[in-house]
Amino acid sequence: MDDRERLEAEVSYYDPTRQPASPSRRHFLKTAGASGLAVAAAPALSSVSYAGSPDDPDTQTDAPPAEGKQRITLVVNGQRQQLDVAPNVILLDALRHGLQLTGTKKGCDHGQCGACTILVNGTSINSCLSLAVTHDGDEITTVEGLEKDGQQHPLQQAFLKHDAYQCGYCTAGQMMSALAVLQDDDIGTRDADVREAMSGNICRCGAYKNIVAAIQSARSAVKGGKA
Amino acid sequence: MRTLTDLSRPPAGPETTDRHTAPAEPRQAPTHDSATLHVTGRARYLDDQPAPVDALHVAVGLSPTARGRLTQLNLDAVRRAPGVVDVITVVDIPGKTDVGPVFPGDPLLADAEVRYVGQPLFAVAATDFKAARRAVALAEVEIDAQPAQLDAVAAAEAEEWVRPPHVQQSGNWQQALAGAAHVLEAEQFVGGQEHFYLEGQACLALPNEDDGVIVHTSSQHPSEVQKLIAEVLGVAFHAVTVEVRRMGGGFGGKETQAAPWACLAALLARRTGRAVRMRLPRGDDMRATGKRHPFHNRYRLGFDAQGVLTGGDITVIGDCGHSPDLSEAIVDRAMFHADNAYSLGDARVTGIPARTHNPSNTAFRGFGGPQGMMIVERAMDDIARHLGEDPLTIRKRNLYRPGRDVTHYGQHVEQTALLHEIVSRLETDSDYWARRDAIRTYNASSPVLKKGLALTPVKFGISFTAKHLNQAGALLHIYTDGSVMINHGGTEMGQGLHTKVGQVVARELGLDNSAVRISATRTDKVPNTSPTAASSGADLNGMAARNAAMQVRERLFDFAAEHYQFDREAIRLENGDLVVGHGENEHRIAWGELIQAAYLGRVSLSATGFYATPLIHYDRTTGQGRPFYYYAHGAAVSEVIVDTLSGEYRVTRVDILHDVGDSLNPAIDTGQVEGGFIQGMGWLTSEELKWDATGRLLSDGPATYKIPTIGDTPPDFCVSLLEGHPNSQASLYRSKAVGEPPFMLAISVWSALRDALSSLADYRVRPALDTPATPERVLFAAQDLRRVPETKTPAETPR
Ligand code: FES
Ligand code: FES
Repeated sequence: MDDRERLEAEVSYYDPTRQPASPSRRHFLKTAGASGLAVAAAPALSSVSYAGSPDDPDTQTDAPPAEGKQRITLVVNGQRQQLDVAPNVILLDALRHGLQLTGTKKGCDHGQCGACTILVNGTSINSCLSLAVTHDGDEITTVEGLEKDGQQHPLQQAFLKHDAYQCGYCTAGQMMSALAVLQDDDIGTRDADVREAMSGNICRCGAYKNIVAAIQSARSAVKGGKA
Repeated sequence: MRTLTDLSRPPAGPETTDRHTAPAEPRQAPTHDSATLHVTGRARYLDDQPAPVDALHVAVGLSPTARGRLTQLNLDAVRRAPGVVDVITVVDIPGKTDVGPVFPGDPLLADAEVRYVGQPLFAVAATDFKAARRAVALAEVEIDAQPAQLDAVAAAEAEEWVRPPHVQQSGNWQQALAGAAHVLEAEQFVGGQEHFYLEGQACLALPNEDDGVIVHTSSQHPSEVQKLIAEVLGVAFHAVTVEVRRMGGGFGGKETQAAPWACLAALLARRTGRAVRMRLPRGDDMRATGKRHPFHNRYRLGFDAQGVLTGGDITVIGDCGHSPDLSEAIVDRAMFHADNAYSLGDARVTGIPARTHNPSNTAFRGFGGPQGMMIVERAMDDIARHLGEDPLTIRKRNLYRPGRDVTHYGQHVEQTALLHEIVSRLETDSDYWARRDAIRTYNASSPVLKKGLALTPVKFGISFTAKHLNQAGALLHIYTDGSVMINHGGTEMGQGLHTKVGQVVARELGLDNSAVRISATRTDKVPNTSPTAASSGADLNGMAARNAAMQVRERLFDFAAEHYQFDREAIRLENGDLVVGHGENEHRIAWGELIQAAYLGRVSLSATGFYATPLIHYDRTTGQGRPFYYYAHGAAVSEVIVDTLSGEYRVTRVDILHDVGDSLNPAIDTGQVEGGFIQGMGWLTSEELKWDATGRLLSDGPATYKIPTIGDTPPDFCVSLLEGHPNSQASLYRSKAVGEPPFMLAISVWSALRDALSSLADYRVRPALDTPATPERVLFAAQDLRRVPETKTPAETPR
């Protein structure tokens, strides 16, 4: 078979001792390991990647950025992070793959489901629609940043109390949108206002009733400055 | 193990309730087993799992043509593209090339024949996903296009079927029609539905040290994924291990249709010796995978002056797409539910699984049941209009009742009183008649805005109609610190199955829920499992887990009777202790102490559990039997307001009363009812699948395919679980399945829309309203009605 013969030569077989192809990748692993961020999710494998791609952002800090990449600084959940990213890398991938913050989900990748909602300088955005390079210097909050000093955020407590999820895939996005909604004084406080403001976040499991209840029950705690 | 752990140390896991202060009454049902993980973002879905750094990423080349012969597939440029490591076509599959789940017909990669837009032609593994995607675009594909069959009715007429038609019949339906006081007939189109599980199809395949693979997948049916991978690779099943931790939604869309992607990833992993990740981009996911079957239904039914059905003929035609997949059972289930909660009298029900050049339509919550119910619900409304009665009156007269309690497929309906009770309680609780009057008054003085109201019941059969699937296994371990691990064949997709199964084990062993843990579903722990589908997850797997727990419990009782010299008959497990006697004579042995003693006493602390549903049988040759162990019931009242000049409408209030027997977990069950209703409402109202004339899906993203948002939730939405009515069958603690039945409660929304529309012609016409009842369809229906002359009553079918 032609196809098969052709492939024999091209396929590179797995060599567990082989180093990853990209030097920056090696570097990334070192820094990511040292940053402490990766620890919570540290898997059993000795070397890991979440999407294993040379397109992924690097978090190296000493050498100049690799060709075609740009160095940006993000303050993510209160921690300064330097990343070298290609200009076409979207913020969602930079967070998930570069910083291994996989709590933020990709639902549609087209700005239409809200699963990837995060806060940038306090405003909620769909991180799948935004290029990472445009966020140099920005302050970013993801679901991983909600907990403070081991204390759950009032919204997290409210979502728990009201069972505001089923499969849980939309939950991070719902909570981040909810946080922005509760902190926005221009948005009214009635259920109808919450429903209107939250309508960019699809929950395919239909846990909406509990989501509204959770958001409303967290309102005073969030507004009260406990957030 | 040389020494046993010191039980006085606090356990490492989640803290258990202090058993001595634990309340005597039944504990509060636990929330979702992954609750904390969900709100902290730590719950890992497929794409969140780490993989070796050199993992490859897959993109699939899809057919741009609905039907034709593949004349050229030149992948040279694809192979040369940067980052590409491997490219496969059908000739590279070492084993079976067909991954059809029940019947053959689903090529993993197209051979010469192309049968739908989105059919996988080849797959590319590259060092990153973008490289794989770019490479796919370089393929030279030539297809000699042929005319595609995209019309299921035409296909049915041309006898183009994926499986032969099936008939269920009771009594002499022709005679019933001939002798009926009234006969009506109508047709309807019931649209399909995209699953839009928020986590798309995804998997991760890791080659193992011999000839096999370990595959993590987002699938409702790991055993089938295992089987198909083994067949594709040409290896024994034991070389393949499939693991499912959780899914970000499934709804039936991952029952069979997660398998092809896992097979491709596994094959590429074997060929390259590297880990392979695969995740379908949303657009590809929507184009390449099957959906809920669209149905074309017809009825011709006779009824008496009271509107009570005497018999007739119903035909349901399912648009199955290009291959059988699960369509035979899906069309069967549509037939099994063509009566919903009503006795059809002497009736014939025919199901036709039509073949079209679409992706193979597949399981989706309700599995054809909802589509089947739609036809009889249409008939109920139509009869009411014809006789000038309220639709609720007609529905109540037709509900199964003693004397009229055998279905057209021969099953006896046991809980007829329950059905009546649900309807009449909801009728009262929702204030149906007062609202009916108010709405009539409102509509009489409101020329444009019209309100509608409808109460529809649900009777849904529980069991897989393929008898052999009604079995389940479980594996229970008790470790020497007393902690318990339970595995079972069911998968978690958000329905709270793991929570419920954990509860069962805790209850049988008298432990706190936190003492029991469930890990991922794995084919090397519990083999030969059925899909988590047909609402059966808790019924089957809960029973299997219970069986395992009971075995270990019996062993522990035997041991304790001998070891502690206790009266065997008086031993019980409660609040984390083994207990004998009462009051002053009570003796307690702490659970951990008991387990350590039993271990030292060489008692096996592990068991496999098994369960097979009793009583069920169905004979496809006669179309008769008892396919369902029991029925789950419910009813909903929906109110809508329609702008009849624009077609825009709102669902303003919904009241639901739903039967889950003795609920295993009221919070989870209520969530299932609410979520099922919302999803059903989307199916019938806004979720419109659109194809162009060549069979290309136009609604391929949430921008063009409208899923209910939080803003579409009825502002007044009241859901109650029926209490005090345990299952009449000996199901798991007399509970009832809850996954699918509530979905069909949403038919009340559609019926309420028809109610509002028919007010335009003084409730005397039977408006046609195909689904989804988009504002556009509602508007057209309103325009049609306005054209109906005031005096004309709809013609009765001549007999
Ligand atoms: S993934 Fe960003 S909005 Fe859907
Ligand atoms: S909980 Fe499943 S999508 Fe919201």
